[in-house]
Amino acid sequence: MNIRNALLATVGALSALTLVSAAHAATTLTVYTALETEQLDPYKKAFEADNPGITIQWVRDSTGVVTAKLLAEKANPKADVVWGLAASSLMVLDAQSMLEPYAPKGLDAVKPTFRDAKTPPTWVGMDAWMAAICFNTVEAAKKNLPKPASWADLLKPEYKGQVVMPNPASSGTGFLAVSGWLQQMGKDAGWAYMDGLDKNTAVYTHSGSKPCKMAAAGEYAVGISIEYTGAVQKNKGAPIDVILASEGVGWEEEATAIVKGTKNLDAAKALADWAATKKANELYVQFYAVTAVPNVGKALPNYPENAEAKMLKTNDFAWAAANRDAILAEWTKRYDAKSEKK
Amino acid sequence: MSATAAAMPKPQSKPKTKPARSPRPVETADSRLLNGGTLILALFLTVFVLLPLGAIFLRSLYDRNDTFVGLANFATFLGTPALSASIGNSLSVALVSTVITVILAFLFAFSITRTGMAGKGWFKAVAQIPILAPSLLPAISLVYLFGNKGMLRDVMMGHSVYGPIGIVLGEVFYCFPHAVMILVVALSTADARLYEAAESLGAGPWRRFWTITLPGARYGLISAIFVVFTLVVTDFGIPKVIGGNYNVLATDVYKQVIGQQNFGMGAVIGMVLLLPALLAFVADWLGQRRQMALLSARSVPYVPPKSVWGDRLALGYCLLIAALLVGMLGVSAYASLVKFWPYNLSLTLANYDFEQFDPAGWGSYANSLRLAAWTAVAGTAVIFTGAYLVERSAALPALKLTVRLLAIVPLAVPGMVLGLAYIFFFNAPWNPLNGLYNTLAILVLSTLVHFYTVGHLTAATALKQLDPEFESVSASLKVPVWKTFGRVTVPLCLPAILDIGIYLFVNAMTTVSAVVFLYSPDTKPAAVAVLHMDDAGETAGAAAMAMMIVYTSIAVRVLHAGLGAWLGRRSQRWRAR
Repeated sequence: MNIRNALLATVGALSALTLVSAAHAATTLTVYTALETEQLDPYKKAFEADNPGITIQWVRDSTGVVTAKLLAEKANPKADVVWGLAASSLMVLDAQSMLEPYAPKGLDAVKPTFRDAKTPPTWVGMDAWMAAICFNTVEAAKKNLPKPASWADLLKPEYKGQVVMPNPASSGTGFLAVSGWLQQMGKDAGWAYMDGLDKNTAVYTHSGSKPCKMAAAGEYAVGISIEYTGAVQKNKGAPIDVILASEGVGWEEEATAIVKGTKNLDAAKALADWAATKKANELYVQFYAVTAVPNVGKALPNYPENAEAKMLKTNDFAWAAANRDAILAEWTKRYDAKSEKK
Repeated sequence: MSATAAAMPKPQSKPKTKPARSPRPVETADSRLLNGGTLILALFLTVFVLLPLGAIFLRSLYDRNDTFVGLANFATFLGTPALSASIGNSLSVALVSTVITVILAFLFAFSITRTGMAGKGWFKAVAQIPILAPSLLPAISLVYLFGNKGMLRDVMMGHSVYGPIGIVLGEVFYCFPHAVMILVVALSTADARLYEAAESLGAGPWRRFWTITLPGARYGLISAIFVVFTLVVTDFGIPKVIGGNYNVLATDVYKQVIGQQNFGMGAVIGMVLLLPALLAFVADWLGQRRQMALLSARSVPYVPPKSVWGDRLALGYCLLIAALLVGMLGVSAYASLVKFWPYNLSLTLANYDFEQFDPAGWGSYANSLRLAAWTAVAGTAVIFTGAYLVERSAALPALKLTVRLLAIVPLAVPGMVLGLAYIFFFNAPWNPLNGLYNTLAILVLSTLVHFYTVGHLTAATALKQLDPEFESVSASLKVPVWKTFGRVTVPLCLPAILDIGIYLFVNAMTTVSAVVFLYSPDTKPAAVAVLHMDDAGETAGAAAMAMMIVYTSIAVRVLHAGLGAWLGRRSQRWRAR
């Protein structure tokens, strides 16, 4: 009996010890993100390798969902850090004073357009992604579809039922495309363009990468999606061209921010620091060619050329953030209600 | 182990220490135990069934800023064309799916019960195939079959599978086994005297079918119609994957809650979803009560006559249906192995490397196994003990009636409504149980409650077959009731207990609707991962994970069959005598 008790006590003490030491050693950061799933693992591993003792726990969804989730949790935030969310979404959160201002080490190396203008900034950019057209050449040849070069081309009647685009209410890519059109064409012409595009659109998807994957699989010939997804699909052997429209394309920055009220502020700052390093940017560039810290490496194969030149010059994130709700309400009213469309 | 050995002699020593002061001292302790247990069960069901439902109802009366707005949310719902159009959409796909499913299932059940066709047991088993898969799977298979690059796209003659056509096809597959189960039961009880009388009066086979068979099965038919209708209206996996821009109520709940975090509107649509389910529930209940009355002690069981051509026709039909059912699984199984659909059809296992599609990777499969195992173990224990208490305790009739009713309620609550109700109730800051939120425990509890009723009815039926004399005898032998329960009741009911466990396990593996609102990043189940992968356009990965769920369900079923046969030889010999 005594031996058994002694054994039990030892086991109990040992397990208590391991629990305590584990609690001391590891901080778990809850990180909300809208990064593409294939980015999550390399980013997490690289950060954790440099910051032993901090573990990232991802909560991933589409941009709109993550934004809505953060807003809904405003009173009782569950996230410590947001790493990889559209800058315009972070501006919405900033307007609600939900972000902790912090200037990460190495902020000087970041391009001025890739950070919040305030000092200290509430968010710091990582990279840019943009609206691209994924065009399936095999299906196009079968259906005699010409290769589109511009946004205007997509209104041609031969593309009827062949276009897929993301729903801007849930997808950040969908929103940046819509915001881009409204900015480059003006409000009236922009909505008129989308009315025309709606006639050719077969499906609005929940996620921004899905249209390109559908185009890659030939489900539809044209997917308005992310340039990076296009390059990846092409590298996987999909018969697609990744086209950046000649008028210029809407784009958006992915950025990092600390959620105000986090209980793990030190670890959150460590992540914010790391996310702005050259090393982190060397990871970003493996996915997106235009990064916050310039000249960090080569873009991945089949990434569209001259991406930086095609990006809309006058892209106003503040305008997009301020008008986000109104734009989405109008979009939903115009196109989401057409549920009976065959 | 030593503890049980030490406890052994106690019953014998008890009478010595306790002289016969009151006439039946042991029974008092027993009845206290049983009554206390019944009370705890009533509390459990109140907290996990009744109060959450109250919470969702209350939530539908509040706006986004938690201000009481009365029925304003309902008015907004009806006034938003995009939302109210979903009512019409939901009703029309449900109507069409119900008609097709019930007709197909009736013919199938008729072949099994009223013909001399071979392989009836086998067909009955094959009809259960859809139950082994999450409802997302048929939709994924349909994309590969009839999508714009599908194997059989020409069959669609230019129509798009994304929309009502796809939803109906998927729902027919998904609901088929439920309708078959009900109709097989309804058709297997027939009184041969009626047929003899009709035949001797000169009624032909058609006349006999219309005047005896169909009316005899009418309550089963009504029940099947309502059950299928409810399943379609409340299913969310199929329209999510293949609905395209065709919005239905179930996907609207998801969009409002997940996409826009508009919980008030989600609650409103949830309340609307509850209506058809409640109707179906009442209709089913009424139907089942009458069904009993059809057979009397003098009835003569009907034996289907042999008919060469009729039997061949039935066999052909059942083979065709079986091929379709197996084929649907086969399509996803194949698609999950294809390298890059449709341009590179070489086979690979790469799509089973889930980490590339979803951060949870294989972890979500492990989560599902844990969820299913816990639900099966904890659920079976709670449900069986609960049924025992209701059947055997001498608690207040009012208390027992409350428990009986509460045990039936979950059947009428769609999974999405239950999941949403759990958010509102368990995430509330004032709730002392809000520590459950974001844990695996809440997933287990919601799944247990979601599937409580069928388990409860199974257990109650098994217990009713046992003579209550067991308890009386052990009471007079002064054996405590928990010992009789453990030594007699549980072993005798093992087949039913195993059935409940397997039912809970398989359903916990496949369910999406209740858990989609309740998982947290480290408890995400496999079926939710399927949904997420499909959302991101990783259809092959989604098919692969869905197949992992199917393979697991099949393995568990096979294990169950083996175990059941073994148990049957070990502990069920008494039934043969």
